[in-house]
Amino acid sequence: MSASITTTAERGAVREGGRPSSGGEPVLEIRDLSVDYGYGDDPTHVLRKVSLTLNRGEVLGLAGESGCGKSTLAYAATRLLAPPGLITSGEVWLTGRDGTRADLLRLSDRELRSTRWQDIAIVFQGAMSSLNPVYRIGRQIVDGILAHRPGLSRSAAAERAAELLELVGIPADRLRSYPHQLSGGMRQRVMIAMALALEPQVLIMDEPTTALDVVMQRQILEQVMELRDRLGFSVVLITHDVSLLVEVADRIAIMYAGEIVEQADAGDVYRRPRHPYAHGLLGSFPPLHGPRRELSGIPGSPPDLSRLPQGCPFAPRCPHATDVCREARPVLGTTRSAEHGRLVSCHLHDPELRDVLPAELAR
Amino acid sequence: MTTSTTLSAASAASVAPAATDPVPVVPARRRAPRLLFVRNAKALTGLALLGLFALLAIVGPWITPYDPSQVSADLLQAPSPAHWLGTDHTGRDILSQIIVGTRGVMVVGLVAGVSATVVGVIVGVTAGFIGGIGDETLSALSNVFLVIPQLPLIIIIAAQLPSAGGLTVALVIGATGWAWGARVLRAQTLSLRRRDFVEAARANGERTWRLVLAEVLPNLTAVIASGFVGTVTFAVLSQVTLSFIGITPVSEWNWGTILFWAQNNLALQRGAWWWFVPAGACIALLGMALTLVNFGIDEFVNPRLRSTGLHARSLRRRGIRPRVGFTPVVREEKS
Amino acid sequence: MKFLARRLAFYALTAWAAITMNFFVPRLLPGDPVTALIGRMQGRIDSNAEHSLRVLFGLDENTSMWEQYVQYWGLLLKGDLGLSFTHFPTPVAQIVTQSLPWTVGLVGVATIIAFVVGTLIGTAIGWRRGTWADSLLPVSTFFSAVPYFWLGLITITVFAVNLRWFPSNGSYDRGLLPGLTWEFVSSVGYYGFLPALTVVLSSVAGWILGMRNMMVTVSSEDYVTVAHAKGLPSRQVVLGYAARNAVLPQVSSFALSLGFVVGGTLIMEMVFSYQGIGYTLYQAVSTHDYPLMQGCFLVITLSVLVANMVADFVYVALDPRTRQES
Repeated sequence: MSASITTTAERGAVREGGRPSSGGEPVLEIRDLSVDYGYGDDPTHVLRKVSLTLNRGEVLGLAGESGCGKSTLAYAATRLLAPPGLITSGEVWLTGRDGTRADLLRLSDRELRSTRWQDIAIVFQGAMSSLNPVYRIGRQIVDGILAHRPGLSRSAAAERAAELLELVGIPADRLRSYPHQLSGGMRQRVMIAMALALEPQVLIMDEPTTALDVVMQRQILEQVMELRDRLGFSVVLITHDVSLLVEVADRIAIMYAGEIVEQADAGDVYRRPRHPYAHGLLGSFPPLHGPRRELSGIPGSPPDLSRLPQGCPFAPRCPHATDVCREARPVLGTTRSAEHGRLVSCHLHDPELRDVLPAELAR
Repeated sequence: MTTSTTLSAASAASVAPAATDPVPVVPARRRAPRLLFVRNAKALTGLALLGLFALLAIVGPWITPYDPSQVSADLLQAPSPAHWLGTDHTGRDILSQIIVGTRGVMVVGLVAGVSATVVGVIVGVTAGFIGGIGDETLSALSNVFLVIPQLPLIIIIAAQLPSAGGLTVALVIGATGWAWGARVLRAQTLSLRRRDFVEAARANGERTWRLVLAEVLPNLTAVIASGFVGTVTFAVLSQVTLSFIGITPVSEWNWGTILFWAQNNLALQRGAWWWFVPAGACIALLGMALTLVNFGIDEFVNPRLRSTGLHARSLRRRGIRPRVGFTPVVREEKS
Repeated sequence: MKFLARRLAFYALTAWAAITMNFFVPRLLPGDPVTALIGRMQGRIDSNAEHSLRVLFGLDENTSMWEQYVQYWGLLLKGDLGLSFTHFPTPVAQIVTQSLPWTVGLVGVATIIAFVVGTLIGTAIGWRRGTWADSLLPVSTFFSAVPYFWLGLITITVFAVNLRWFPSNGSYDRGLLPGLTWEFVSSVGYYGFLPALTVVLSSVAGWILGMRNMMVTVSSEDYVTVAHAKGLPSRQVVLGYAARNAVLPQVSSFALSLGFVVGGTLIMEMVFSYQGIGYTLYQAVSTHDYPLMQGCFLVITLSVLVANMVADFVYVALDPRTRQES
């Protein structure tokens, strides 16, 4: 199943040789982003002070159970969250191609509109519902191009659209098709082609393959990764399928109840999870390589965001929870051994609170 | 592989226990859905108005100042302390006519609404539940009734009846006005039929009629209610219209009859506004009450329709402009 | 074109149902129009004529219901709707064809204006929620609850009786000869303005409300968010993506509620004594002219069916999914 996808290590090698621009330079930086649902007196806090950085050229995976806020994070960062969503704090810094930085949350409507698609493009969850059912797909690709390149002629834009379709492996005569005439996989490819129309710096993919069958999922992701190597954009890949992320992502951030609980290099998260939730999440998928192990899963169900417990949101389901976990909320910080590039939000990693780390989290 | 996790200033802070910075517990308030309907301001206003009219319909004949058909010497009087809403061309008291007429309107609305709803539920639920050729036939039947203009049909039926009293008219309206409800109910039943809990009950060997009564109908309550309210609205308007064009007996008081007399005795040209304005306003008020109740039901069923304008003032104060595609950003100082 | 074929079959069925209903209503209801007519004519019709009248009106007791039904269809296909009682012996078909164009002009134009205006306003209100525009909702609720004819009475009082801006009844200046002259056409427009305004005022609310609700629903569709994500200009997002899709159910509900709307607006003709089919129906009802009544109903129903078909064609033109070959 993974034979056709290059492993992280191999890809890293390819990139170092192939493309020069891949330093640790951040392209998208989310700081302390908080989001409420509901405009009333009693809103649900669906994101609480989330910070996350996407570096140029990297694939950042965002994982978690459904309802943990991973999609909300993507929508809020681009200000596409529908009412009654409300951003209550934070900054989203985007570094332009020329090195200028801008906070998306402070841009005027016009500036934001011109940044969208040009710098950040999004592929949405529902391939079925992302395309306007009454327009031909050619027109839908073209109108995105023309909105940002007003000087371009319609025919030139249509040519570009044909190129894009062929880029994702769809014959150009499909430009004349309506969305309902395409299969689910094709529609998702059209969405990807559309997203790449203006060669954005950042491509956010929100569960891009959930509705598709497994073979199609792999094919499409593989294609995106290939295109990324050629075109050099950065990817935020949102999914609940951690095994998929382990294969394609450089770094993984794991979310729980509207917060990031752990982030680290993909391999580290996979082999040495530091947060009990990350450990549980990984335990609920079969391993890709190596010896078989028991699938464990996580007891309990995702929390109700409108009534979170006082302490750590994961405490009620955590096998290692203690009194302090139920009383105080942990913050994202370094791990116990201060590993490079790892952050975790768990009291277990505070030497003042716990003497030893459970063995499974200390590998 | 290049990995330099950028730490944001805030999260790079030490892993100090957060106990010093307690997060306020979100109060767990969840309202029962049934209460939500009653809390809806629109529905409440509508229900209150309906209650008022119902009360008038019941006690009407006992509280009128005059006999509505009593001719007097005060011909075409403007409103005065003696006749609050004036008199008509033969000196009859208009306020009394309106009060007495309430019952006629409400009874017809109720009877027509109930009969149309019963037919609609039977046809719609059956069609949705049995599927196949039976469904095709019943759907075609209701679509035919939907497309044929109802009011002219009611007019030609009522006009050819030897006596078109209130009850007859109500039944004619009921017999022709069930189609909309049936159509909506069929669609709802169709989607319900495929839900897990119905399938489960069916797999358990539940009898069909029990399945319909216990599993399907309760889930259609809101749709049935909204269909009922809609039919009542239509029935009231139809009956008033029929009376206005003189098809129902003109001695049977309802708001339409008042307008019939007004129209036929040149109330407009004589400037006798008190003759036709109050009756029309009553119809409009009753219609509005019914529409408001239906809004309440709609918003109860489809929460997306709930107007954010409910707290428009507080939104403005906080500087929130709810927009699709541009999530509002509001940085509030938390004290 | 499977969709259209299905619709056409449905309209054929509906037309058959309406015609059959039209046949049975006078025959199954108690009461006897011919006896009524003879009573009203008070001896001016001699009793020998009674039998021929019965045959004429299809109420001959010597033929079976089935034979009558076949006869009725035969006459109908020849365009024979019988003779009017009141305008005896003018054929009903002639009276009806004279009044139909007036109705199509008044009710048709006003209904389309109301639909277009209502849809536009609904688009604006549905898109910009939580603004002053929401306060238009209660106003339109009030107008949708007012009976059409009463609104007619009020506009007559205000604009015709008190302000004297417009005539209170009629469809053109009787001093003019009908024809394609500027004078006549402008007179028609002048006389038709008030009734048309009333039709628009009373039916626009429904379209506003329907479109508003559809806009609210469609606005949360993914393709609208995608349109925003593409950075399209607001105008394009609202019109090309949101409203363009929201209008589809609006058009199908237009088709479905035509019967209702037309029924209501016909009453307006009665109030304004506008010489259309609604006014003719009103006169037929008040003079117990049964054949004319039946003829009016039939023509109204068939016109609504034609309008429905047009709405279906528009729908097919608007929604590519219905054009799928299967």
